[in-house]
Amino acid sequence: MRAISRPLPFLLSIPAALIFVIFLLLPLLGTLILSLQDFSLATGIRPVYELANYVEIFSDSYFFDIFARTARIAVFTTLVTIVIGAPEALILMRMKAPWRGIFLLVALGPLLISVVSRSLGWALLLGGNGMINQALMSMGLIERPIQMMYTEFGVVIAMSHVLMPFMIIAVMTTLQRLNPQVENASHSLGAGSFTTFWRVILPQMLPGIMTGAILVFAMAASAFATPQIIGGRRLKVIATLVYDEFLFSLNWPLGAALAMLLFAVVIVVAIGLNRVAEGYFARMYK
Amino acid sequence: MSGRNGFWALLFHTVFVIFVLAPIVVVCVVAFTPEGYLSLPVNGPSLRWFEALLNNRDFVSSFQASLLLGTISATLAALIAVPTAIAIVRHEFPGRTALLSLCMSPLMVPSIVLGVAFLRFLSQIGLGGTMVGLVISHVIIITPFVLRTIMNSLGSLDSALDNAAASLGSDGMTTFRRITLPLIAPGILSGWVLAFINSFDEVTMTIFIASPGLTTLPVRLMLYIEDSIDPLVAAVSTVLIVLAVLAMVILDRLFGLDRMLIGTNDADKDK
Repeated sequence: MRAISRPLPFLLSIPAALIFVIFLLLPLLGTLILSLQDFSLATGIRPVYELANYVEIFSDSYFFDIFARTARIAVFTTLVTIVIGAPEALILMRMKAPWRGIFLLVALGPLLISVVSRSLGWALLLGGNGMINQALMSMGLIERPIQMMYTEFGVVIAMSHVLMPFMIIAVMTTLQRLNPQVENASHSLGAGSFTTFWRVILPQMLPGIMTGAILVFAMAASAFATPQIIGGRRLKVIATLVYDEFLFSLNWPLGAALAMLLFAVVIVVAIGLNRVAEGYFARMYK
Repeated sequence: MSGRNGFWALLFHTVFVIFVLAPIVVVCVVAFTPEGYLSLPVNGPSLRWFEALLNNRDFVSSFQASLLLGTISATLAALIAVPTAIAIVRHEFPGRTALLSLCMSPLMVPSIVLGVAFLRFLSQIGLGGTMVGLVISHVIIITPFVLRTIMNSLGSLDSALDNAAASLGSDGMTTFRRITLPLIAPGILSGWVLAFINSFDEVTMTIFIASPGLTTLPVRLMLYIEDSIDPLVAAVSTVLIVLAVLAMVILDRLFGLDRMLIGTNDADKDK
Protein backbone atom coordinates (compact mmCIF):
# COMPACT_ATOMS: atom_id res chain seq x y z
CA MET A 1 0.00 0.00 0.00
CA ARG A 2 1.36 3.40 -0.86
CA ALA A 3 1.02 6.41 1.40
CA ILE A 4 -1.17 9.22 0.12
CA SER A 5 0.47 12.34 -1.23
CA ARG A 6 2.11 14.48 1.45
CA PRO A 7 5.15 16.75 1.43
CA LEU A 8 7.45 13.86 2.43
CA PRO A 9 7.92 12.24 -0.99
CA PHE A 10 8.73 15.63 -2.51
CA LEU A 11 11.31 16.35 0.19
CA LEU A 12 12.85 12.94 -0.43
CA SER A 13 12.98 13.57 -4.19
CA ILE A 14 14.56 17.01 -4.06
CA PRO A 15 18.25 15.99 -3.89
CA ALA A 16 18.09 13.59 -6.86
CA ALA A 17 15.84 15.88 -8.93
CA LEU A 18 18.10 18.90 -8.42
CA ILE A 19 21.32 17.01 -9.09
CA PHE A 20 20.04 15.33 -12.24
CA VAL A 21 18.52 18.52 -13.68
CA ILE A 22 21.61 20.62 -13.00
CA PHE A 23 24.31 18.07 -13.76
CA LEU A 24 22.67 15.98 -16.47
CA LEU A 25 19.98 17.91 -18.34
CA LEU A 26 21.87 21.23 -18.35
CA PRO A 27 25.11 19.76 -19.76
CA LEU A 28 23.14 17.86 -22.44
CA LEU A 29 21.25 21.01 -23.36
CA GLY A 30 24.57 22.85 -23.46
CA THR A 31 25.92 20.26 -25.90
CA LEU A 32 22.91 20.71 -28.16
CA ILE A 33 23.50 24.48 -28.18
CA LEU A 34 27.23 23.99 -28.71
CA SER A 35 26.47 21.86 -31.78
CA LEU A 36 24.78 24.89 -33.39
CA GLN A 37 27.77 27.17 -32.92
CA ASP A 38 30.63 27.96 -35.21
CA PHE A 39 34.35 27.35 -34.86
CA SER A 40 37.53 28.44 -36.57
CA LEU A 41 41.10 28.33 -35.32
CA ALA A 42 41.33 32.11 -35.66
CA THR A 43 38.19 33.06 -33.76
CA GLY A 44 37.55 30.03 -31.56
CA ILE A 45 33.93 29.16 -30.76
CA ARG A 46 31.50 31.90 -31.90
CA PRO A 47 28.06 32.09 -30.26
CA VAL A 48 25.95 31.87 -33.40
CA TYR A 49 22.97 29.56 -33.79
CA GLU A 50 22.85 27.80 -37.13
CA LEU A 51 22.75 24.30 -38.57
CA ALA A 52 26.05 24.66 -40.46
CA ASN A 53 27.74 21.76 -38.62
CA TYR A 54 24.89 19.40 -39.42
CA VAL A 55 24.84 20.53 -43.06
CA GLU A 56 28.58 19.88 -43.25
CA ILE A 57 28.18 16.37 -41.79
CA PHE A 58 25.37 15.47 -44.18
CA SER A 59 27.05 16.87 -47.28
CA ASP A 60 30.54 15.41 -46.78
CA SER A 61 31.01 11.79 -47.84
CA TYR A 62 33.88 11.49 -45.34
CA PHE A 63 31.35 11.61 -42.50
CA PHE A 64 28.90 9.40 -44.34
CA ASP A 65 31.55 6.68 -44.69
CA ILE A 66 32.27 6.79 -40.96
CA PHE A 67 28.58 6.64 -40.06
CA ALA A 68 28.16 3.69 -42.43
CA ARG A 69 31.17 1.90 -40.95
CA THR A 70 29.87 2.49 -37.40
CA ALA A 71 26.47 1.06 -38.38
CA ARG A 72 28.10 -1.94 -40.09
CA ILE A 73 30.24 -2.73 -37.04
CA ALA A 74 27.26 -2.33 -34.68
CA VAL A 75 24.99 -4.56 -36.79
CA PHE A 76 27.57 -7.35 -37.15
CA THR A 77 28.48 -7.16 -33.47
CA THR A 78 24.79 -7.51 -32.58
CA LEU A 79 24.44 -10.52 -34.92
CA VAL A 80 27.52 -12.25 -33.47
CA THR A 81 26.30 -11.76 -29.89
CA ILE A 82 22.89 -13.21 -30.88
CA VAL A 83 24.32 -16.22 -32.69
CA ILE A 84 26.74 -17.05 -29.86
CA GLY A 85 25.02 -15.55 -26.81
CA ALA A 86 21.49 -16.90 -27.23
CA PRO A 87 22.45 -20.62 -27.51
CA GLU A 88 24.99 -20.19 -24.73
CA ALA A 89 22.32 -18.70 -22.45
CA LEU A 90 20.17 -21.77 -23.09
CA ILE A 91 23.11 -24.10 -22.39
CA LEU A 92 23.92 -22.25 -19.14
CA MET A 93 20.27 -22.44 -18.10
CA ARG A 94 20.29 -26.20 -18.49
CA MET A 95 23.43 -26.77 -16.45
CA LYS A 96 23.25 -28.24 -12.97
CA ALA A 97 25.13 -27.14 -9.87
CA PRO A 98 28.02 -26.62 -9.47
CA TRP A 99 28.78 -26.15 -13.19
CA ARG A 100 26.06 -23.58 -13.69
CA GLY A 101 27.50 -21.24 -11.05
CA ILE A 102 31.07 -21.69 -12.29
CA PHE A 103 30.28 -21.02 -15.94
CA LEU A 104 27.96 -18.13 -15.10
CA LEU A 105 31.01 -16.50 -13.50
CA VAL A 106 33.02 -17.24 -16.67
CA ALA A 107 30.30 -15.86 -18.96
CA LEU A 108 29.30 -12.77 -16.96
CA GLY A 109 32.44 -12.09 -14.94
CA PRO A 110 34.21 -10.24 -17.79
CA LEU A 111 31.69 -7.41 -17.19
CA LEU A 112 33.69 -6.54 -14.10
CA ILE A 113 36.98 -6.38 -16.00
CA SER A 114 37.94 -3.05 -17.54
CA VAL A 115 36.97 -2.83 -21.20
CA VAL A 116 40.48 -1.48 -21.88
CA SER A 117 42.08 -4.66 -20.52
CA ARG A 118 39.74 -6.88 -22.53
CA SER A 119 40.41 -4.94 -25.73
CA LEU A 120 44.14 -5.10 -25.03
CA GLY A 121 43.78 -8.90 -24.83
CA TRP A 122 42.29 -8.92 -28.32
CA ALA A 123 45.07 -6.65 -29.59
CA LEU A 124 47.58 -9.23 -28.34
CA LEU A 125 45.63 -12.06 -30.00
CA LEU A 126 44.85 -10.37 -33.32
CA GLY A 127 48.11 -8.50 -33.99
CA GLY A 128 50.45 -9.25 -36.90
CA ASN A 129 52.80 -10.95 -34.39
CA GLY A 130 49.81 -11.93 -32.26
CA MET A 131 49.05 -15.31 -30.81
CA ILE A 132 46.49 -16.31 -33.47
CA ASN A 133 48.82 -15.54 -36.39
CA GLN A 134 51.77 -17.23 -34.68
CA ALA A 135 49.72 -20.33 -33.98
CA LEU A 136 48.38 -20.51 -37.55
CA MET A 137 51.86 -20.01 -39.03
CA SER A 138 53.52 -22.61 -36.80
CA MET A 139 50.84 -25.08 -37.85
CA GLY A 140 51.67 -24.26 -41.46
CA LEU A 141 48.12 -23.16 -42.27
CA ILE A 142 49.19 -19.71 -43.47
CA GLU A 143 52.49 -18.33 -44.74
CA ARG A 144 52.08 -14.67 -43.96
CA PRO A 145 50.25 -13.10 -41.02
CA ILE A 146 46.59 -12.26 -41.70
CA GLN A 147 45.77 -8.62 -41.13
CA MET A 148 43.21 -8.51 -38.32
CA MET A 149 44.21 -5.48 -36.28
CA TYR A 150 42.90 -2.19 -37.73
CA THR A 151 40.12 -4.04 -39.58
CA GLU A 152 36.37 -4.03 -39.11
CA PHE A 153 36.56 -7.80 -38.63
CA GLY A 154 38.90 -7.37 -35.65
CA VAL A 155 36.75 -4.63 -34.10
CA VAL A 156 33.60 -6.77 -34.46
CA ILE A 157 35.26 -9.79 -32.81
CA ALA A 158 36.63 -7.81 -29.87
CA MET A 159 33.43 -5.84 -29.41
CA SER A 160 31.30 -9.02 -29.50
CA HIS A 161 33.45 -10.34 -26.67
CA VAL A 162 33.02 -7.12 -24.68
CA LEU A 163 29.23 -6.94 -25.14
CA MET A 164 28.42 -10.69 -25.02
CA PRO A 165 27.48 -10.69 -21.29
CA PHE A 166 24.63 -8.23 -21.96
CA MET A 167 23.04 -10.57 -24.51
CA ILE A 168 23.44 -13.58 -22.20
CA ILE A 169 21.91 -11.67 -19.27
CA ALA A 170 18.95 -10.53 -21.39
CA VAL A 171 18.21 -14.01 -22.75
CA MET A 172 18.69 -15.73 -19.39
CA THR A 173 16.34 -13.25 -17.71
CA THR A 174 13.64 -14.27 -20.19
CA LEU A 175 14.39 -17.99 -19.92
CA GLN A 176 14.15 -17.82 -16.13
CA ARG A 177 10.48 -16.90 -16.32
CA LEU A 178 9.57 -19.94 -18.40
CA ASN A 179 7.83 -22.98 -17.14
CA PRO A 180 10.21 -25.93 -17.68
CA GLN A 181 7.25 -28.25 -18.08
CA VAL A 182 6.42 -26.69 -21.46
CA GLU A 183 9.44 -28.40 -22.98
CA ASN A 184 8.43 -31.74 -21.49
CA ALA A 185 4.92 -31.22 -22.77
CA SER A 186 6.27 -30.68 -26.26
CA HIS A 187 8.32 -33.88 -26.06
CA SER A 188 5.45 -35.92 -24.67
CA LEU A 189 3.25 -34.71 -27.53
CA GLY A 190 5.75 -36.28 -29.88
CA ALA A 191 7.87 -33.33 -31.01
CA GLY A 192 11.56 -34.07 -31.66
CA SER A 193 14.40 -32.03 -30.16
CA PHE A 194 14.73 -29.83 -33.23
CA THR A 195 10.99 -29.17 -33.49
CA THR A 196 10.81 -28.45 -29.77
CA PHE A 197 13.66 -25.96 -30.07
CA TRP A 198 12.33 -24.28 -33.22
CA ARG A 199 8.63 -24.18 -32.32
CA VAL A 200 8.66 -23.98 -28.51
CA ILE A 201 11.95 -22.73 -27.05
CA LEU A 202 13.12 -20.23 -29.65
CA PRO A 203 9.85 -18.23 -29.75
CA GLN A 204 10.04 -17.94 -25.98
CA MET A 205 13.63 -16.70 -26.18
CA LEU A 206 12.83 -14.02 -28.75
CA PRO A 207 11.80 -11.24 -26.33
CA GLY A 208 15.12 -11.68 -24.50
CA ILE A 209 17.08 -11.73 -27.76
CA MET A 210 15.31 -8.53 -28.81
CA THR A 211 16.09 -6.75 -25.54
CA GLY A 212 19.69 -7.91 -25.77
CA ALA A 213 19.95 -6.82 -29.41
CA ILE A 214 18.72 -3.30 -28.64
CA LEU A 215 21.18 -3.00 -25.76
CA VAL A 216 24.15 -4.41 -27.69
CA PHE A 217 23.43 -2.34 -30.79
CA ALA A 218 23.19 0.88 -28.78
CA MET A 219 26.45 0.18 -26.96
CA ALA A 220 28.28 -1.04 -30.07
CA ALA A 221 27.27 2.02 -32.09
CA SER A 222 28.61 4.38 -29.44
CA ALA A 223 31.58 2.29 -28.25
CA PHE A 224 34.86 4.12 -27.92
CA ALA A 225 37.59 2.11 -26.16
CA THR A 226 37.51 -1.05 -28.30
CA PRO A 227 37.44 0.70 -31.72
CA GLN A 228 40.18 3.05 -30.52
CA ILE A 229 42.46 0.17 -29.49
CA ILE A 230 41.65 -2.39 -32.23
CA GLY A 231 40.71 0.02 -35.03
CA GLY A 232 43.50 2.47 -34.33
CA ARG A 233 43.76 5.87 -35.96
CA ARG A 234 43.05 4.51 -39.42
CA LEU A 235 39.69 2.89 -38.78
CA LYS A 236 37.52 5.68 -37.42
CA VAL A 237 34.03 5.24 -36.00
CA ILE A 238 31.76 8.06 -34.80
CA ALA A 239 32.87 7.87 -31.18
CA THR A 240 36.59 8.00 -32.00
CA LEU A 241 35.94 10.78 -34.50
CA VAL A 242 34.16 12.83 -31.82
CA TYR A 243 37.18 12.27 -29.57
CA ASP A 244 39.53 13.56 -32.32
CA GLU A 245 37.40 16.64 -32.97
CA PHE A 246 37.39 17.54 -29.29
CA LEU A 247 40.96 16.79 -28.29
CA PHE A 248 42.99 17.25 -31.47
CA SER A 249 41.12 19.36 -34.04
CA LEU A 250 39.59 21.39 -31.17
CA ASN A 251 36.46 21.86 -33.27
CA TRP A 252 34.10 21.37 -30.35
CA PRO A 253 30.90 22.47 -32.15
CA LEU A 254 31.44 19.92 -34.94
CA GLY A 255 32.28 17.23 -32.38
CA ALA A 256 29.13 18.12 -30.43
CA ALA A 257 27.02 17.88 -33.60
CA LEU A 258 28.49 14.42 -34.36
CA ALA A 259 27.80 13.28 -30.79
CA MET A 260 24.22 14.58 -30.94
CA LEU A 261 23.61 12.78 -34.25
CA LEU A 262 25.02 9.55 -32.82
CA PHE A 263 22.74 9.97 -29.79
CA ALA A 264 19.74 10.56 -32.05
CA VAL A 265 20.49 7.53 -34.24
CA VAL A 266 20.91 5.25 -31.20
CA ILE A 267 17.63 6.48 -29.65
CA VAL A 268 15.67 6.18 -32.91
CA VAL A 269 16.96 2.67 -33.63
CA ALA A 270 16.32 1.52 -30.04
CA ILE A 271 12.76 2.89 -29.97
CA GLY A 272 12.11 1.58 -33.48
CA LEU A 273 13.29 -1.97 -32.65
CA ASN A 274 11.28 -1.83 -29.43
CA ARG A 275 8.12 -0.91 -31.34
CA VAL A 276 8.69 -3.68 -33.86
CA ALA A 277 9.25 -6.18 -31.05
CA GLU A 278 6.19 -5.07 -29.09
CA GLY A 279 3.98 -5.26 -32.18
CA TYR A 280 5.29 -8.71 -32.99
CA PHE A 281 4.80 -10.09 -29.50
CA ALA A 282 1.40 -8.45 -29.14
CA ARG A 283 0.24 -10.36 -32.24
CA MET A 284 1.91 -13.56 -31.11
CA TYR A 285 0.31 -13.70 -27.66
CA LYS A 286 -3.08 -12.31 -28.58
CA MET B 1 14.53 -25.46 -18.58
CA SER B 2 14.53 -29.15 -18.03
CA GLY B 3 16.37 -30.28 -21.16
CA ARG B 4 19.90 -31.63 -21.01
CA ASN B 5 22.91 -30.44 -22.91
CA GLY B 6 23.88 -32.90 -25.63
CA PHE B 7 27.30 -33.41 -27.23
CA TRP B 8 27.01 -30.51 -29.67
CA ALA B 9 25.83 -28.18 -26.94
CA LEU B 10 28.86 -29.04 -24.80
CA LEU B 11 31.20 -28.62 -27.76
CA PHE B 12 29.67 -25.22 -28.46
CA HIS B 13 30.03 -24.37 -24.78
CA THR B 14 33.72 -25.34 -24.80
CA VAL B 15 34.44 -23.10 -27.78
CA PHE B 16 32.52 -20.30 -26.06
CA VAL B 17 34.56 -20.63 -22.88
CA ILE B 18 37.81 -20.50 -24.88
CA PHE B 19 36.54 -17.40 -26.72
CA VAL B 20 35.68 -15.69 -23.43
CA LEU B 21 38.87 -16.57 -21.58
CA ALA B 22 41.49 -16.35 -24.37
CA PRO B 23 42.03 -12.55 -24.40
CA ILE B 24 42.00 -12.39 -20.60
CA VAL B 25 44.47 -15.24 -20.15
CA VAL B 26 46.79 -13.93 -22.88
CA VAL B 27 47.12 -10.57 -21.10
CA CYS B 28 47.97 -12.25 -17.80
CA VAL B 29 50.54 -14.57 -19.38
CA VAL B 30 52.30 -11.89 -21.43
CA ALA B 31 52.63 -9.71 -18.31
CA PHE B 32 55.11 -12.24 -16.90
CA THR B 33 57.51 -12.08 -19.84
CA PRO B 34 61.17 -11.43 -18.96
CA GLU B 35 61.77 -9.83 -22.38
CA GLY B 36 61.59 -6.14 -23.23
CA TYR B 37 58.89 -6.71 -25.84
CA LEU B 38 55.53 -8.49 -26.13
CA SER B 39 56.12 -12.23 -25.96
CA LEU B 40 55.13 -15.33 -24.07
CA PRO B 41 57.39 -16.06 -21.05
CA VAL B 42 58.96 -19.14 -22.70
CA ASN B 43 62.13 -18.81 -20.59
CA GLY B 44 60.26 -18.82 -17.31
CA PRO B 45 58.13 -16.15 -15.68
CA SER B 46 59.54 -12.86 -14.48
CA LEU B 47 58.13 -10.11 -12.29
CA ARG B 48 60.17 -7.49 -14.10
CA TRP B 49 57.16 -5.64 -15.53
CA PHE B 50 55.29 -5.61 -12.24
CA GLU B 51 58.37 -4.01 -10.65
CA ALA B 52 58.41 -1.46 -13.46
CA LEU B 53 54.75 -0.80 -12.75
CA LEU B 54 55.34 -0.11 -9.04
CA ASN B 55 58.08 2.36 -10.02
CA ASN B 56 55.86 4.11 -12.56
CA ARG B 57 54.53 7.13 -10.71
CA ASP B 58 51.93 7.92 -13.37
CA PHE B 59 50.22 4.56 -13.05
CA VAL B 60 50.46 4.46 -9.25
CA SER B 61 48.97 7.94 -8.84
CA SER B 62 46.13 7.20 -11.31
CA PHE B 63 45.39 4.02 -9.40
CA GLN B 64 45.04 6.06 -6.20
CA ALA B 65 42.90 8.63 -8.00
CA SER B 66 40.60 5.87 -9.30
CA LEU B 67 40.19 4.34 -5.84
CA LEU B 68 39.39 7.73 -4.29
CA LEU B 69 37.03 8.70 -7.11
CA GLY B 70 35.17 5.38 -6.96
CA THR B 71 34.80 5.49 -3.18
CA ILE B 72 33.53 9.07 -2.98
CA SER B 73 31.23 8.73 -6.01
CA ALA B 74 29.68 5.41 -4.95
CA THR B 75 29.06 6.76 -1.43
CA LEU B 76 27.44 9.96 -2.71
CA ALA B 77 25.37 7.95 -5.19
CA ALA B 78 24.08 5.73 -2.37
CA LEU B 79 23.24 8.79 -0.24
CA ILE B 80 21.22 10.24 -3.12
CA ALA B 81 19.61 6.94 -4.05
CA VAL B 82 18.22 5.93 -0.63
CA PRO B 83 15.70 8.81 -0.21
CA THR B 84 14.87 8.71 -3.92
CA ALA B 85 14.16 4.98 -3.80
CA ILE B 86 11.94 5.40 -0.73
CA ALA B 87 9.98 8.17 -2.41
CA ILE B 88 9.49 6.14 -5.59
CA VAL B 89 8.73 2.74 -4.04
CA ARG B 90 6.78 3.80 -0.94
CA HIS B 91 4.87 6.87 -2.11
CA GLU B 92 2.48 7.92 -4.82
CA PHE B 93 2.99 11.52 -5.94
CA PRO B 94 2.80 13.62 -9.09
CA GLY B 95 6.03 13.37 -11.08
CA ARG B 96 6.97 9.97 -9.63
CA THR B 97 7.46 8.30 -13.02
CA ALA B 98 9.27 11.36 -14.37
CA LEU B 99 11.69 11.26 -11.43
CA LEU B 100 12.39 7.57 -12.02
CA SER B 101 13.00 8.10 -15.74
CA LEU B 102 15.24 11.09 -15.00
CA CYS B 103 17.37 9.13 -12.53
CA MET B 104 17.63 6.10 -14.83
CA SER B 105 18.29 8.13 -18.00
CA PRO B 106 22.12 8.16 -17.73
CA LEU B 107 21.98 4.48 -18.71
CA MET B 108 20.34 5.54 -21.98
CA VAL B 109 22.79 8.29 -22.95
CA PRO B 110 25.96 7.04 -24.69
CA SER B 111 29.06 7.66 -22.55
CA ILE B 112 30.71 9.52 -25.40
CA VAL B 113 27.85 12.06 -25.38
CA LEU B 114 28.15 12.46 -21.62
CA GLY B 115 31.90 12.95 -21.97
CA VAL B 116 31.38 15.75 -24.48
CA ALA B 117 28.63 17.31 -22.36
CA PHE B 118 30.66 17.27 -19.13
CA LEU B 119 33.85 18.52 -20.80
CA ARG B 120 32.04 21.66 -21.92
CA PHE B 121 29.89 22.08 -18.80
CA LEU B 122 32.64 21.53 -16.24
CA SER B 123 35.02 23.91 -17.98
CA GLN B 124 32.24 26.53 -18.12
CA ILE B 125 31.64 26.35 -14.37
CA GLY B 126 35.38 26.26 -13.63
CA LEU B 127 35.58 22.62 -12.51
CA GLY B 128 37.38 21.25 -15.57
CA GLY B 129 40.09 18.72 -14.73
CA THR B 130 39.31 18.74 -11.00
CA MET B 131 38.39 15.91 -8.64
CA VAL B 132 35.08 17.64 -7.88
CA GLY B 133 34.24 17.64 -11.58
CA LEU B 134 35.12 13.95 -11.94
CA VAL B 135 33.03 13.10 -8.87
CA ILE B 136 29.98 14.98 -10.21
CA SER B 137 30.11 13.21 -13.56
CA HIS B 138 30.67 9.78 -12.00
CA VAL B 139 27.84 10.23 -9.47
CA ILE B 140 25.48 10.92 -12.38
CA ILE B 141 26.37 7.75 -14.30
CA ILE B 142 26.53 5.33 -11.33
CA THR B 143 23.45 6.46 -9.35
CA PRO B 144 21.11 4.32 -11.56
CA PHE B 145 22.92 1.16 -10.43
CA VAL B 146 22.49 1.89 -6.70
CA LEU B 147 18.95 3.17 -7.19
CA ARG B 148 17.92 -0.04 -8.92
CA THR B 149 19.32 -2.40 -6.27
CA ILE B 150 17.83 -0.32 -3.40
CA MET B 151 14.45 -0.19 -5.16
CA ASN B 152 14.56 -3.99 -5.52
CA SER B 153 15.32 -4.37 -1.81
CA LEU B 154 12.54 -1.99 -0.81
CA GLY B 155 10.09 -3.64 -3.16
CA SER B 156 10.60 -7.05 -1.58
CA LEU B 157 10.00 -5.68 1.96
CA ASP B 158 6.63 -6.25 3.57
CA SER B 159 5.09 -2.83 4.22
CA ALA B 160 3.22 -4.40 7.15
CA LEU B 161 6.54 -4.05 9.01
CA ASP B 162 6.17 -0.27 8.86
CA ASN B 163 2.60 -0.43 10.10
CA ALA B 164 3.62 -2.77 12.91
CA ALA B 165 6.36 -0.34 13.98
CA ALA B 166 3.94 2.59 13.79
CA SER B 167 1.29 0.78 15.83
CA LEU B 168 3.93 0.10 18.46
CA GLY B 169 4.46 3.86 18.71
CA SER B 170 7.56 4.29 16.52
CA ASP B 171 7.77 7.56 14.58
CA GLY B 172 8.78 7.66 10.90
CA MET B 173 12.44 8.40 11.48
CA THR B 174 12.84 5.69 14.11
CA THR B 175 11.10 3.16 11.88
CA PHE B 176 13.46 4.07 9.04
CA ARG B 177 16.56 3.82 11.23
CA ARG B 178 15.64 0.69 13.19
CA ILE B 179 13.55 -1.30 10.68
CA THR B 180 13.88 -0.23 7.05
CA LEU B 181 17.57 0.68 6.89
CA PRO B 182 18.89 -2.59 8.37
CA LEU B 183 16.64 -4.56 6.03
CA ILE B 184 17.74 -2.76 2.86
CA ALA B 185 21.42 -2.63 3.93
CA PRO B 186 22.39 -5.60 1.71
CA GLY B 187 20.77 -3.84 -1.27
CA ILE B 188 22.63 -0.62 -0.50
CA LEU B 189 25.90 -2.51 -0.14
CA SER B 190 25.56 -4.48 -3.38
CA GLY B 191 24.51 -1.29 -5.18
CA TRP B 192 27.52 0.51 -3.73
CA VAL B 193 29.85 -2.22 -5.00
CA LEU B 194 28.31 -2.21 -8.51
CA ALA B 195 28.55 1.59 -8.55
CA PHE B 196 32.18 1.52 -7.40
CA ILE B 197 33.13 -0.99 -10.10
CA ASN B 198 31.36 1.05 -12.77
CA SER B 199 33.12 4.22 -11.64
CA PHE B 200 36.48 2.44 -11.39
CA ASP B 201 36.22 0.98 -14.92
CA GLU B 202 34.67 4.00 -16.68
CA VAL B 203 36.89 5.20 -19.51
CA THR B 204 34.88 6.65 -22.41
CA MET B 205 33.38 9.59 -20.54
CA THR B 206 36.32 10.11 -18.18
CA ILE B 207 38.90 10.42 -20.97
CA PHE B 208 37.20 13.70 -21.94
CA ILE B 209 37.24 15.24 -18.48
CA ALA B 210 40.46 13.93 -16.96
CA SER B 211 43.46 16.26 -17.06
CA PRO B 212 47.15 15.38 -17.39
CA GLY B 213 47.57 16.00 -13.66
CA LEU B 214 44.47 14.05 -12.62
CA THR B 215 43.77 10.87 -14.55
CA THR B 216 42.08 7.61 -13.63
CA LEU B 217 43.80 4.27 -14.16
CA PRO B 218 41.77 3.05 -17.18
CA VAL B 219 42.23 6.41 -18.89
CA ARG B 220 45.98 6.38 -18.20
CA LEU B 221 46.11 2.84 -19.61
CA MET B 222 44.09 3.86 -22.67
CA LEU B 223 46.33 6.86 -23.41
CA TYR B 224 49.43 4.69 -22.99
CA ILE B 225 48.05 2.02 -25.36
CA GLU B 226 47.29 4.68 -27.98
CA ASP B 227 51.04 5.32 -28.15
CA SER B 228 52.47 1.86 -27.70
CA ILE B 229 51.58 -1.63 -26.54
CA ASP B 230 54.30 -3.17 -24.39
CA PRO B 231 54.42 -5.66 -21.51
CA LEU B 232 53.89 -2.80 -19.03
CA VAL B 233 50.26 -2.34 -20.14
CA ALA B 234 49.80 -6.11 -19.86
CA ALA B 235 51.04 -5.88 -16.27
CA VAL B 236 48.59 -3.05 -15.46
CA SER B 237 45.77 -5.04 -17.04
CA THR B 238 46.74 -8.14 -15.08
CA VAL B 239 46.42 -6.16 -11.85
CA LEU B 240 42.98 -4.94 -12.99
CA ILE B 241 41.92 -8.48 -13.95
CA VAL B 242 43.06 -9.92 -10.60
CA LEU B 243 41.14 -7.19 -8.75
CA ALA B 244 38.03 -7.89 -10.87
CA VAL B 245 38.24 -11.63 -10.18
CA LEU B 246 38.55 -10.92 -6.43
CA ALA B 247 35.53 -8.60 -6.59
CA MET B 248 33.64 -11.26 -8.54
CA VAL B 249 34.30 -13.99 -5.97
CA ILE B 250 33.39 -11.71 -3.05
CA LEU B 251 30.19 -10.51 -4.77
CA ASP B 252 29.25 -14.07 -5.63
CA ARG B 253 29.74 -15.20 -2.02
CA LEU B 254 27.84 -12.23 -0.57
CA PHE B 255 24.91 -11.83 -2.92
CA GLY B 256 25.19 -14.37 -5.72
CA LEU B 257 26.44 -12.82 -8.95
CA ASP B 258 23.63 -14.36 -10.98
CA ARG B 259 21.05 -12.80 -8.66
CA MET B 260 22.69 -9.37 -8.92
CA LEU B 261 22.98 -9.48 -12.71
CA ILE B 262 20.05 -11.57 -13.90
CA GLY B 263 17.57 -10.71 -11.16
CA THR B 264 15.91 -12.97 -8.63
CA ASN B 265 12.82 -15.05 -9.07
CA ASP B 266 11.47 -13.25 -6.00
CA ALA B 267 11.29 -10.06 -8.02
CA ASP B 268 9.04 -11.82 -10.51
CA LYS B 269 6.72 -13.09 -7.82
CA ASP B 270 5.92 -9.52 -6.81
CA LYS B 271 4.53 -8.66 -10.20
